[in-house]
Amino acid sequence: MSTYTLRAKRRRAAFRTAAFMSPWLIGFTVFFAYPMLSTVYFSFMHYDGFKPPTWSGTQNWTYVFEHYPYFWPALRNTLWLVLVTVTLRVLFGLGVGMLITKIKTATGVFRTLFYLPYLAPPVAATMAFAFLLNPGTGPVNSLLEKIGLPAPGWFNDPHWSKPALTLLFLWGIGDLMVIFMAALLDVPKEQYEAAELDGASAWQRFRFVTLPNISPIVMFAVVTGVIQAMQCYTQPLIAGKVASGVIQGAGTQFEPGYPEKSTLTLPQLIYNLGFQRFDYGSACVVALVLFALSMVFTAFLMRRRGGLIQAGD
Amino acid sequence: MPENSWKAVPEVSRRAAAALAACAALALLATACTGQSDAGANDDASKETTINFWHAWSAPNEVKAVKSLVAGFEKAHPNIHVNIVGNMTDDKINQALRSGGSKAPDVISSFTTNNVGKFCSSGALVDLNPFFKKADIDPQTTFPKTMNEYTQFDGNRCTVPLLGDAYGLYYNKTAFEKAGIKNPPRTWSEFTADAKKLTIPEGDSFKQLGFMPNYHGWESTTEHYFGQFSPTYFDKSGKSDLADDPAFTAGFTLQKKLVDELGGYQKLETYRSKLGDEWGPKHPFHTGQVAMQLDGEWRLGMAEEAKPKFEIGVAPLPVPDDQADQYGKGYITGTIAGIAATSKKQNAAWEFVKYMTTDTDAVVGFANGIHNVPSTLAALKSPKLKYDPRFKTFLDIAADPNSTTSPASVNGGVYLSTIQQFGYDYESGKVKNLKEGLKKTAAQIDTDIAQAK
Repeated sequence: MSTYTLRAKRRRAAFRTAAFMSPWLIGFTVFFAYPMLSTVYFSFMHYDGFKPPTWSGTQNWTYVFEHYPYFWPALRNTLWLVLVTVTLRVLFGLGVGMLITKIKTATGVFRTLFYLPYLAPPVAATMAFAFLLNPGTGPVNSLLEKIGLPAPGWFNDPHWSKPALTLLFLWGIGDLMVIFMAALLDVPKEQYEAAELDGASAWQRFRFVTLPNISPIVMFAVVTGVIQAMQCYTQPLIAGKVASGVIQGAGTQFEPGYPEKSTLTLPQLIYNLGFQRFDYGSACVVALVLFALSMVFTAFLMRRRGGLIQAGD
Repeated sequence: MPENSWKAVPEVSRRAAAALAACAALALLATACTGQSDAGANDDASKETTINFWHAWSAPNEVKAVKSLVAGFEKAHPNIHVNIVGNMTDDKINQALRSGGSKAPDVISSFTTNNVGKFCSSGALVDLNPFFKKADIDPQTTFPKTMNEYTQFDGNRCTVPLLGDAYGLYYNKTAFEKAGIKNPPRTWSEFTADAKKLTIPEGDSFKQLGFMPNYHGWESTTEHYFGQFSPTYFDKSGKSDLADDPAFTAGFTLQKKLVDELGGYQKLETYRSKLGDEWGPKHPFHTGQVAMQLDGEWRLGMAEEAKPKFEIGVAPLPVPDDQADQYGKGYITGTIAGIAATSKKQNAAWEFVKYMTTDTDAVVGFANGIHNVPSTLAALKSPKLKYDPRFKTFLDIAADPNSTTSPASVNGGVYLSTIQQFGYDYESGKVKNLKEGLKKTAAQIDTDIAQAK
């Protein structure tokens, strides 16, 4: 074979490889590389969406970190949601999943009951929760008062607004319940039998049989939960709007975060800065912070995978 | 074993997870659309054309009034057709102004004047000064002073007033009679005394509250209160005057006094959470749960529609005791209209804007349909204006030379929300030192404006 044909063959092979990879490459460029690079670019520009962007150096960064009064509360709230809500969601989803796999009668009914809330549109679900948790007229507080418990202000109290949001997220646990149920039903029965023969207690069976088998699913639930929590936008915004009394009205100005910035999240800031204040540059800075946070959490979880994932394939 | 199970797909998973996380963050950020504002007014307004008009009205009577306004225009200009798109929010309008295109609006109207500064300084809407000059219309003699002020920024008139809103006091006449109060209060001291007399406690809450003073009490925002104190928001150099103008100190002090004397922040907030929403029939003024309400002229129609079990009284809002001679003034704002810079049919669009904002009969007809205050001096005096006698109070407030508005700023209403946020902190007791707080808030406003420039 001559050198010429060999080269041509290699070129063809390279071309074929590129052709096969092109869907991914195009997707990567359009949906990841380009937006990523533009976000970095615009974070150093003064850009209002109308006039051509102008170079502003680190001004947007300084503004967001030092002068934008919503940034730090939003960052703290987002971290709170990631740490508390994700942990509780995983624990609760796993708990419900285990309970339902153990139930012998009317399993279909229970599965449906727990899955249904997940199907509720976020806006409707949040409005329903704001109604249920209304401190003055909501049935939850009426019940709490009847049994002699203190009735919190829920979405109207800065100390209770995030727990109220967490309750809303726990209510919509259907997605996690389903994947945990599938994972739990997949655990080989013989391993439980062997453990029982060895005299393992219920906790030991869970710790040494169930958990190692489902740990990849736990990992999946945590990673996706973290991403969801960081993207959290609709529920806190709607809850704040409803609780503050500003439900609609085209001329009504509403600054997110009611009460006292306690329901602010980073995605709300991106919207506020970019689309309400026409400050794309600062919005890009917040987007990059969100991106960096996602990377830090994902990297941390990936490094910790050894502790979580112990099952074989 | 654990390592093996992970290593089965190490790189792919890691990359996929990283890409997923990255996309999640970035998907939130829309990539920039570069709306160009290079469209000149070169179109021929006498030729057959269709323009898009985006507005925010949504109630059936409002939609009907818009249709009738447009029908009147089309009759006068048979060659220009108007495609109406209603129920638009400011956010949607902003986005459409950036992107342009054949479906984007040529003419927009917005319920808030807060965005005027942004619209003008960014070039999103065209400067209408040359159009007014060409049509030989002087905005100064056409529109009331305050409306003329809030529709321009730095000499750029990118918007025109399209009906106005005036704020006044609604009061429950029946409750007033029961409490032995003969006339609506004219000063804030009288108001405070009346609000206390009208408050009937019930357990930990209220059977009737004289007035809901909290800044979250819908229209009782900082700018609406301050309107009665005639404040100067910015000094001549454009810096915030919040810490230096005594009007703000007086305004904040008055509201805090009301909050404290009517039950305290927490008690009022708990009561507020039990009340119906601002735009629904169970608004607390309609239901008799609050006896006095700071609100715009539209409330009269809404309240009457809810068929309240009492007689509604209307008056101007009180003034500070040392400004008793200015009783009758109020806060003015309103709907605005403008022409998109991306529009290729600006001359045709101007014909429509000119008709709906300066044609006396059109303005009066629209004001009658929407129950808003007319926005031209001629329309305010028109005999064709139909209204409930109580509505006259708002017409007078709109025409009062002492009435005020909040000025347009380069970053829109950001300074107003910053002041409002400070108001929340002050009324709740989170901020104790008013003077220090005002200084910090003024510095924040200046920083935000510098960032927007």
